Amino acid sequence: MGSIGQPLKRKEDHRFLTGRGKYTDDIVRPNQAYAYFVRSPYAHAKINGIDKAEAEKADGVVAIFTGADLEGIGGVPCGWQIHNKDGTPMAEPPHPALCTDKALFVGDEVAIVIAETKAQAKAAAQLVMVDYEPLPAVSSIKAAIAEGAPLVHADAANNRCFDWHLGEKDPVDAAFAKADHVVEMDVVNNRLVPNAMEPRSAICEYDPSSDMTTLWTTSQNPHLIRLLLGAFVLQIPEHKLRVIAPDVGGGFGSKIYLYAEETVVTWAARKLARPVKWTAERTESFQADAHGRDQIGHARLALDKDGNFLGLHIKNKANMGAYLSTFAPAVPTYLHGTLFAGVYKTPAIYVEVEAVFTNTAPVDAYRGAGRPEATYQLERLVDKAAAQLGMDKIELRRKNMIPKEAFPYQTPVALQYDTGDFIACLDLGLKSADWDGFEARREEAKKRGKLRGIGISTYLEACGIAPSALVGQLGARAGLYESATIRVHPTGSVTVFTGTHSHGQGHETAFAQIVADHFGVDFEAVDIQHGDTSQTAFGMGTYGSRSLAVGGSAIVKAADKVVAKGKKIAAHLLEASEADIEFEDGKFTVKGTDRSKTFGEVALTAYVPHNYPIEEVEPGLEETAFYDPKNFTYPGGCHICELEVDPETGMIEVCNITVADDVGRVINPMIVEGQIHGGVAQGVGQALYEGCIYDDDGQLLTGSYMNYTMPRAADLPMMTVGNHVTPCTHNPVGAKGVGEVGSIGVTPAVINAVVDALSPLGVKDIEMPATPQRVWAAIRAAQG
Amino acid sequence: MQNFEFHRPKTIAEAVAALKSSDGDGKLLAGGQSLIPVLKHELAMPSALISLADIGGLDEIRLDGDNLAIGAKCTHAQVASSDVVKNTIGALAKLAGHIGDPQVRNRGTLGGSVAHADPAADYPAAVLGLGATIKTDRRAIAADDFFTGFFETPLESDEIVTAVLFPKAEKAAYAKFASPASKYAIVGVFVAKTGGGVRVAVTGAGPKVFRVTEMETALASNFSSDAIKDIAVSADDLNSDVEAGAEYRAHLVGVMARRAVDAANG
Ligand SMILES: Cc1cc2nc3c(=O)[nH]c(=O)nc-3n(C[C@H](O)[C@H](O)[C@H](O)COP(=O)(O)OP(=O)(O)OC[C@H]3O[C@@H](n4cnc5c(N)ncnc54)[C@H](O)[C@@H]3O)c2cc1C
Repeated sequence: MGSIGQPLKRKEDHRFLTGRGKYTDDIVRPNQAYAYFVRSPYAHAKINGIDKAEAEKADGVVAIFTGADLEGIGGVPCGWQIHNKDGTPMAEPPHPALCTDKALFVGDEVAIVIAETKAQAKAAAQLVMVDYEPLPAVSSIKAAIAEGAPLVHADAANNRCFDWHLGEKDPVDAAFAKADHVVEMDVVNNRLVPNAMEPRSAICEYDPSSDMTTLWTTSQNPHLIRLLLGAFVLQIPEHKLRVIAPDVGGGFGSKIYLYAEETVVTWAARKLARPVKWTAERTESFQADAHGRDQIGHARLALDKDGNFLGLHIKNKANMGAYLSTFAPAVPTYLHGTLFAGVYKTPAIYVEVEAVFTNTAPVDAYRGAGRPEATYQLERLVDKAAAQLGMDKIELRRKNMIPKEAFPYQTPVALQYDTGDFIACLDLGLKSADWDGFEARREEAKKRGKLRGIGISTYLEACGIAPSALVGQLGARAGLYESATIRVHPTGSVTVFTGTHSHGQGHETAFAQIVADHFGVDFEAVDIQHGDTSQTAFGMGTYGSRSLAVGGSAIVKAADKVVAKGKKIAAHLLEASEADIEFEDGKFTVKGTDRSKTFGEVALTAYVPHNYPIEEVEPGLEETAFYDPKNFTYPGGCHICELEVDPETGMIEVCNITVADDVGRVINPMIVEGQIHGGVAQGVGQALYEGCIYDDDGQLLTGSYMNYTMPRAADLPMMTVGNHVTPCTHNPVGAKGVGEVGSIGVTPAVINAVVDALSPLGVKDIEMPATPQRVWAAIRAAQG
Repeated sequence: MQNFEFHRPKTIAEAVAALKSSDGDGKLLAGGQSLIPVLKHELAMPSALISLADIGGLDEIRLDGDNLAIGAKCTHAQVASSDVVKNTIGALAKLAGHIGDPQVRNRGTLGGSVAHADPAADYPAAVLGLGATIKTDRRAIAADDFFTGFFETPLESDEIVTAVLFPKAEKAAYAKFASPASKYAIVGVFVAKTGGGVRVAVTGAGPKVFRVTEMETALASNFSSDAIKDIAVSADDLNSDVEAGAEYRAHLVGVMARRAVDAANG
């Protein structure tokens, strides 16, 4: 029995599907005012002055603040410090919450206009006269590193943020020196706009009588926001700052960070002693949500004559945007460079990454964060190696895979994999996709005038972040443990407070399944609470596929404490020794007898302690635990994509996608499959549809859904999702994480399939997104 | 969006009067699928909106001799599902059934689409490709005289489109290469053979819908895709944007025209 492993329907969906979700924009406070931000229309401009006189006279205006008004408060901080090759710290220019003397990207926050209504705030914002002096801008990595490029920050020479490396260079040089084959390629990881369905929003209320500040905000990690906002920016002590992230409609990374808008809204609400609310319009989401990816790089793989990988050298450049977002520096470094072993036993790896500032929106983690970039580069390179050496791409992969006997496996790029079975996933994927039958399908498509291709990626990712001590050494300015409090009520129902945050992941269901089974109580008797810093113990939130592996483990630890205390109480009630009490299926039993007390009876006794071991244990049944992971977790597997190209138009139709993953222990298979579907959709989006484009002046050309293509249901085929589980060895749940596997694993499989489809025409590579026009152009170029 | 007055007249005459009294600054509101986005982005800030909702008699579809008359207020969904349309000009029903998404098709209207004259809209290709006639409250305008430029028509500021008369077609088909993002036409080609001859109309590719006379001549003597396979359209005056450059569009005009001819031949 038990609920773990059952595809139980999601508890949260009833309120979401019936329109009863409560999102930040649904929060209404008495006497609230509305904010609208004046944003820079220029990518780079000096601000010579701001005249707000006209705007201040407009209907309904309460206040208008500019950067000058914020003097004395801290800038928006960065949460991760990377060190350069020479040991010096990265360039970390200030990020004032409102621009002071310069605006650095289109959409940069210049002023906040607060009025009685949203329409009034917006109308008045148009009357704020900003005297901009446009400056030359750099809007791409290439422009930023060009000789004599304009500087985004005066104190970041050459627009460089950092120049980082990982692994050892000498062994890699030696590998190349003795290699029989060298395969190289340039790879671009396109820039993406996260596009959560719910735009960012914040409403802050200050109560002067209690000196309490409450901020409701669209966050994946309310405690982190409280820490950054309270301790680093506004100097509000934690007990006077409450941050609530209610229902949140998708984040994908973009709602991890502390943003200028929520910072200024909080400051203004305190200043005015009046609730202030702001909700982004979709245009603002395009302009000012932290974007994802945006890397260019060069990869070189050394192989011996039999195709064994000898060494890998990666030389990449990453775009940080105009300011350092909260976790931005970690993305192209420790979430990226550490991934280049992948599923392969490459003995020597050296990764160099240079990060640059540009006059574009800040770039930070987006579903997958660093790992998709690495996986894409590696899996394209392996396909290219197979083609160059004339080897079968499956056999080349198989030959180089880390065998399951090799775990724990130490890679040359810091990580130690605990477990996995890559070959089993590969075989499962090949079988489910009918890889061997593909050539017949290719022939059939040819008769219809279509070019059919198949592509594979065998990948691994690192998530479940992360051991605090380790990430501390790597530059994190926070720990990455997780918290859980379990409150057993007198009649045996349970409320669980988790430090993670659910914004689509289904925690209210999966976590309840764990607790229900642990205590042998009904699934309906368990409620999961999250998102309010005044209720939960300090937790780090949800990103990096960490919630079940880290947050779930904290829950298991807290549940173990509850059971341990319950045993003491049961031993007293049953007049037995504590050591003889066993707990199973909701019953405390004296070993070898039929004498027992139910979980509910023990709970009631804890709260009505008439007959109670009061000398030994306190009344009540409530436990808190913090869990700091011992290692990262390593989900991985094999993704296969089959598609057809219309050679006349360049249009691609994805025909089927097969996933064979190892995400560790599965609590709710329906949620796991849903996470994979969503991740795959976004991974296909990166490969075929999504591309954020700035022109040379830093104007955002793809600022709406008119020309930024999101993947839609109709663009995606039904997916075959298979699982080959090897439980995580170092956390009590056995889970590895599933939130990002889709967007990490599938992207290279899609592009490998496009190249496979076009290879009969001589096409060897294609840049993402592989839009119809790009495919058409690639065919034309290959045919001369 | 700026504030505006809202009128809901019962007759065309009242609507015209309301437009006149707004000094050319009022706008008709049909399905709102083009106008509301324009207002939201403040690309237009009319002082008044005059809704067509309560005006009767503008949503009929009927055969009128050799013409299929479709009322201005007919929604795309109505046209797509009409048996009369399917039986006389099946291509038109199909075209309407592929505009935008279900919400758009249930609100957006034929009259709104032609009056808006979006260079990437679908209907203008059918209107020009079939050589239709646009009927207004005061005159009839031939398709060739109607689409005069980028979002430009000869409609006066107080003029109301009441119906479009489409000649029955012997053969007709529309081939659309939709923008993967917006689903508007990057290139859409409507090919038709009617009593008036053969027409090839292209939407999406240029600043306005236009005809390709070279293809029309070739098809008039041999209505097959082979007849036009060597006819290239110049990229010179075509649109270029992040999704599709002018050369790609020129190429697609050829591909879509051939596909339309093949489809028209069944
Ligand atoms: C998401 C989305 C996707 C879309 N995709 C497509 C697509 O793929 N292909 C396509 O062709 N279109 C597309 N459209 C546009 C859609 O077809 C509109 O319905 C159409 O362009 C306008 O019709 P409407 O009735 O909504 O007009 P409205 O928006 O109400 O009006 C448009 C203009 O026409 C004027 N007008 C309206 N009726 C009359 C009349 N009877 N006489 C004179 N002037 C009038 C109005 O004053 C206004 O200037 C899309 C729209 C949306 C929102």
